[in-house]
Parts: sequence; C-alpha cells; structure tokens
Amino acid sequence: MTICRSKEDAAQANRAVRGSCVVQASCAAQMADGDRAADIAPARLAACHITKRFGGVTVLADVSIHLHEREIVSLLGVSGGGKTTLFNVISGLMKPESGQVFLDGEDVTGQAGNISYMLQKDLLLPYNTVLDNVALPLLIRGVKKEAARAEAAAHFQEFGLAGTEHRYPSQLSGGMRQRAALLRTYLFSDRVALLDEPFSALDTLTKAELHRWYLAVMDRIHLSTLFITHDIDEAILLSDRVYILAGRPGKIVAEIPIERERPRDRSFTLSEEFLDYKRRILQAMEKK
Amino acid sequence: MSNNRQGVFNKVAPACLLAMILLLWQLASSAGWMPRYMLPSPVDVVKAMASDAPLLAQHAKTTLAEGFLGLGCSVLMAFVTAALMDRYLFLQKAVYPLLVVTQTVPTVAIAPLLVLWLGYGIAPKVVLVILTCYFPLTISLLTGFANADEDAVNLMRAMGATRRQIFWHIKLKSSMDQFFSGLRMAVSYAIVGAVISEWLGGLNGLGVYMTRVKKSYAFDKMFAVIFLISAISLILMKLVVLLEKKTMPWKYLKEKDREEQ
Repeated sequence: MTICRSKEDAAQANRAVRGSCVVQASCAAQMADGDRAADIAPARLAACHITKRFGGVTVLADVSIHLHEREIVSLLGVSGGGKTTLFNVISGLMKPESGQVFLDGEDVTGQAGNISYMLQKDLLLPYNTVLDNVALPLLIRGVKKEAARAEAAAHFQEFGLAGTEHRYPSQLSGGMRQRAALLRTYLFSDRVALLDEPFSALDTLTKAELHRWYLAVMDRIHLSTLFITHDIDEAILLSDRVYILAGRPGKIVAEIPIERERPRDRSFTLSEEFLDYKRRILQAMEKK
Repeated sequence: MSNNRQGVFNKVAPACLLAMILLLWQLASSAGWMPRYMLPSPVDVVKAMASDAPLLAQHAKTTLAEGFLGLGCSVLMAFVTAALMDRYLFLQKAVYPLLVVTQTVPTVAIAPLLVLWLGYGIAPKVVLVILTCYFPLTISLLTGFANADEDAVNLMRAMGATRRQIFWHIKLKSSMDQFFSGLRMAVSYAIVGAVISEWLGGLNGLGVYMTRVKKSYAFDKMFAVIFLISAISLILMKLVVLLEKKTMPWKYLKEKDREEQ
C-alpha cells in the first residue's frame, strides 16, 4: 500500500471507486485544501495515518481506515494486534503519536464523547434497570431523566427488547444484554458506533441469532459501524468491507470488499463465494 | 424446596445450641455450682430485665440517641472524605496512613480525655462514636469507589461523561455493597462506643446504668443490660440489612427471576 503524499495522489485516489486507495482518498480529502476537499465526498469516519506507541513499542504504524454512511466495516486481526488500541484512538480515549481522526469531516483526534463504543463485556450497570442503562448516554448529554427514559423506551421494540425495560441486567440472557448494549451505543451516537468483539462471548447458536438480529436492525437504522472481530466468518457475513490488521507493529495489510448484497442470510455462509472470501482473507493474514 | 429446608435448618441449628447453653446455665445456677449472686440464672436475668424495664428503656434512649447522632455524622464525614480522597490521589496518599494510625489508639484510652475536654454531656459520647465508626465507613466507601468497573468508567468517558457524572452514575452506586457491609459493622461499633464512653462519666445511658449496677453487685441487672445491648445491636444490624435490600433491589432479585431466558 502506498501512502498519499500529494494532492495528485488524492485526485488519483478519488478516481478509484473501491479498493485500497479509498482510504488515502478520503484522508487526503480531509487534509487537502478546501477546494480539493470539496471534490471528494468525505467519509463518515476517517482515521488517517495513525501511529501509536506505548513506551518504546510501536503498536500501530501508519494505520488509515475509513467508514462511509450506513457501512459495516470489520477490522480483522489476531488478539493483541492493536485492534483495541485503534478503537481507543478513534473513540478519543487515547491520543495517537501522529495521525488524525475525522468524523464527518471534523477533526476529533483525542476528543472523547463523539463516537461511542461497545465491548465484548456488555458493561450494563447491574444496579440500573435495562431502561435506565440504555438511557444513560442521554442523561450524560444532559437530557432530563423522564425525557431520556421516554426516548430510550421508544426504541425497545425495534431492537427486540420489548418487555425488558424494568428488569435488571442480571435477569437477561447474554444475547439480550448485548442487544441492550447496542441500543445504548446507538442512543449515544446514531452516526458511528465502534463495536469491539461484541458477540465473541456468546455461544454459537446465540451468536447466529444475534447476527440475524443485527443485520435486520442495521437495515432499519442509519448507523455506520466499525466492527472488531477475530472471527473470519463473522466478518464476512456482517461487513461491507474487511480490513486486515496484522504484524508488529500493526498495519493494515489488506482491504477486502464483500460485494454480496445485504441483507444476507445464513445460506451465504455455505456458498462458494463465501469460501472464496475466506480463502483470500486467510491468505492476506498469513502473508503479513 | 430443598433450598427452603436448608434455610430452616440454618435457623434451627443455632437456636438449638442457644437453648442448650441456656439450659446448662440455668442448671449450673440452680444446682448451686456457682453462688447465685456471682452467676444469676437466666430466669433471674429475665426477671431483672422486666422489673427495671422503664429505667432501662430511658437509659437505652440516651445511648441510642448518642449512637445515631455519632453514626449519622460518621456517615456524612465518611462520604465527604472518601469522595475527596477518590478524586485527589495526593489526599488519599496523605490521609490514609493517618486514618490507619488513629485506629490503633484504643478507644478506652481516649474516652477519659474526651470527658475531660468536653464534659459529662452528650458531646464526648458522640465524638467517641464518630472516632470508632468513621474509619470503617471511610475505608469501605473508598474501596467501593475504587472497585468501580474500570471498563464501565472508560465507556462513560468515551460517551463524554464528566468526572462528576462518572462519580454519580457509577462509583456511588457500585460502592453501595461495600458501604453497607461497613455500615453493618459501624452500627454495632456505635452502640458499644457509646456505652464505653458512658462508663467514664455521664448522667444517663446504658453505660451509666451498667456502672451503677456493677457497683451495687446486682449481677442479674448487669447481665440484663448486657443482653439488652446485644439485642439492640442485633436489631440495628437487621435494620441495616433491610435498608440494604431497599436501597439495592438489584442485589436481592428473587432466584426465579434470574436467567429466565
């Protein structure tokens, strides 16, 4: 992968419709002068040339990724490969040594409170009812308690959570808890959500059910999601594009668009097309 | 069902042992193994308690008032200091060792000083109760604040929560468990602390009653007041448990409501 250095590169990248250069295109568009930037529709989210070190160790080296509206993009990589660090940088919890994060064209590097994220641990607060848990981001934003509850309650049906409003998280199954966690994430920001292995703690059947649920929900709402996973099948099934983060320090070694139309069903996972994607991803991961 | 039987057994077993001890005691006393004036029988104790009931009630009122006042102040002070120590690490580093050291000073040793400084009224008693309760409460709150799920705190930060919001929504509520176990200890300390300070001078209170009956060698009354103090402590601890259930409904969800899915 080449790194864009000039406006020429940006313009060239602009012509590439899909593929590895789109990242550079949107990054360059963000960084270029005003007139040039106007040519290119900015991505919802763009992380540009992120480098992050801990002590003397470089964890991420010049990582660039982007996310368009309503897109589901997966970040695939081995554990400990810097995926979560990248999320922390994007969500603003950590400042990168170099590089920038843009949300709708606005520089939000190192600013928390713009992009919400969801973890493998649902992190629902055990002492709040499901409704109060879900309404929490609204309360933080300063919405009054009753209004926040009403707004949150309005989405329970859509997210398949009806009837759980006044229960406590410990009374729900793992799958339902993750649904509630996703609703909370969505209520925080209906623009971009970062999901860090949200389904990896669930058993196979619950996971399959949640994948179906997730694709159905994503079809109805205008959310763009960046999805961390180490499960290749999950990445192919859910995403529009897959980034592969590998190596030490972590770099994006491949970007693979999954062309299959959404909504996808389980039969896709058994198709030749699916296996072909899987093969390509495995190859890319081994190459480094 | 078996759970229910387990519960009954858990209550019956200690009750049987208690009954046996009382029976043995009654025997020891009525068989004359020990002189009656040295070891009054349980029946004597109950009689003494009944005959002195109005007096005991009046003294108990004073002791309870001192205990509650001291406990209330301790809870308030503990919340304020624990919150500050949680917010400012240097304060925690500075204050914590000092708090530990104050706990090594025996209460009985400072009680006479308090009487000298503050007189025979209610003030030295309340101060002593504060000295005994404040520490366990502060420590339990501080531990509770520190035990707040770090990932949950990070998530709140990612949502743009302020320090105050994080404290309010996460730390305070997640410290409740620790706080109540601290409070359970503190209530019994509060009553015992009040009684000890009354020994050393006062006009009213169970401690004052205790010293009086001791001086007149009325051992049956002595036992009566000891049992009363135990009973009060037990009732107060039970009240704390009830308060805890009221405050933390999520912790006491019925088993059948859990994992329904």
